[in-house]
Amino acid sequence: MAYITFGGVDFRYGLDDPLIIRNFNLELERGELFTLVGPSGCGKTTVLHMLAGFESPSAGVLQVDARPVRGPQRDRIVIFQEPDSLYPWLTGLENVEFPLRVMGVPRAERRSRAEEALRLVGLHGHGEKHPGHLSGGMKQRIQLARALVLDAPVLLMDEPFAALDAQTRQILQEELVQIAARTQRTILFITHDIQEAIFLADRIGVMTAGPEATLKTIVDVPLPRPRMRGSAAFGLLYEEINQVLSVEVRRVLRREDSLL
Amino acid sequence: MSRALRASWPFSIKAFAFRADAASITVLSVLAVVLVWQVASTRWVPSILFPTPLKTAEAWMALVREGVLPYHVSVSLYRIALGFLLGTLVGVPVGLAMGLFRPVLILLEPYVQFFRFVPPVAWIIPAILWFGIGETSKIFLIFYTTVFLVLLNTMAGVAAVARNQIRSARCFGATRWQLFLWVSLPATMPYVLTGMRLAMGNSFAAVVGAEFIAAQAGLGFLIIDSGTWMATDRMFAGMLTLGLLGILADVLFRMVMARRAGRYLMPS
Repeated sequence: MAYITFGGVDFRYGLDDPLIIRNFNLELERGELFTLVGPSGCGKTTVLHMLAGFESPSAGVLQVDARPVRGPQRDRIVIFQEPDSLYPWLTGLENVEFPLRVMGVPRAERRSRAEEALRLVGLHGHGEKHPGHLSGGMKQRIQLARALVLDAPVLLMDEPFAALDAQTRQILQEELVQIAARTQRTILFITHDIQEAIFLADRIGVMTAGPEATLKTIVDVPLPRPRMRGSAAFGLLYEEINQVLSVEVRRVLRREDSLL
Repeated sequence: MSRALRASWPFSIKAFAFRADAASITVLSVLAVVLVWQVASTRWVPSILFPTPLKTAEAWMALVREGVLPYHVSVSLYRIALGFLLGTLVGVPVGLAMGLFRPVLILLEPYVQFFRFVPPVAWIIPAILWFGIGETSKIFLIFYTTVFLVLLNTMAGVAAVARNQIRSARCFGATRWQLFLWVSLPATMPYVLTGMRLAMGNSFAAVVGAEFIAAQAGLGFLIIDSGTWMATDRMFAGMLTLGLLGILADVLFRMVMARRAGRYLMPS
């Protein structure tokens, strides 16, 4: 049985509201890095929020490790696009310590584990600064470290690098691949950037345009790592996904046009 | 000095130079205003009703020497401090409760919305009728002034806690109590402090108003008493003291805030 299972999941906000997600089916294996792409506004974040436990499915089965998802839990940590989930009154190190503090881990152990997590994301020695005094890339590293410090088996990443400049984004993508390989996490990674999806993923899911969005297709990424963005195989895969995705994006645009 | 050298100055020195500039502009501007005051009160409208800066300063020195000013200042400050403290002690928890628990909000909001449009000055007469002309009526007024500003700001602060800060903490398995203590409370701190700072300013206005109507001491009493006796220089000295005290209190408050609560005022 798969580690994470979405089985026929529907989502709507209220009973009378339109369906946002309809019959969403997906199975993730332990240790897999799965990226989800789709037209903006289609409901990618909603899928992630359901798995995180922030929203509950209106129908269908949603399980992690054979147990139904009921609310947020320590085994699934979200990394948000905006760094506004960091606590500005705490230093970087204290932010990384925060989950351990919640768990009641003693101070000394907390400190050493947090420092270890900072080292893992390349921020060792920068823990004394408050998030407000760090760059966008460093804030996202802090978020990543704060998720890694817990040894949570699942990371849910909601376009975490979208707001960063191109160079920083590439570096963080490379580091994420290494960290994922080293720490054996199961990662659901949302992005609208096809290149990012191919660079990171074991498999890529393409969603249809909303409302009543669902998974349109799943594409395997058989390329060896480290992946070369300029390679022919990379380019072919890019074209393949781009074609599927642009059909959906055009549907969104057509609908927006007809509204004008 | 050459342009190249100037450009290569470290930023800190530039910042220092700018601050020095700002200070000298302030001093110059104050001197200019005092000068205009001097000219206006001797040349344009020479009158006993409009004392010159020099006469005001003399009166101020005399009041200090006689111990009159320190006495009135201490009386007013005592009232402000006590009312301000009590108002904060009530305003923060009630504001938090209203921000965190919907039933409390529904229960109390109509009263908060109503009474915040009934200004403290409107309470001067009832306060004196109920509590007499002693300390209690003044402290009540300062309390009333403080409580609404602190409460409303605290409530707004709770509402403004970033959603993802709460969501993250829930991912980490935080209990409701941990969420409150470690996320909502520190995230609300800047709002609480802003409310307190605003309340401090309004407390000065409220205490003077109360001391005008019925009091035997305090800066408001000094001002109105001097006015009654046409001692306009003493009246001005009292007003001058009020302004200076206000600035001092604010500077002090901000210093303590930066020292003790600096981490809560960090940018996000």
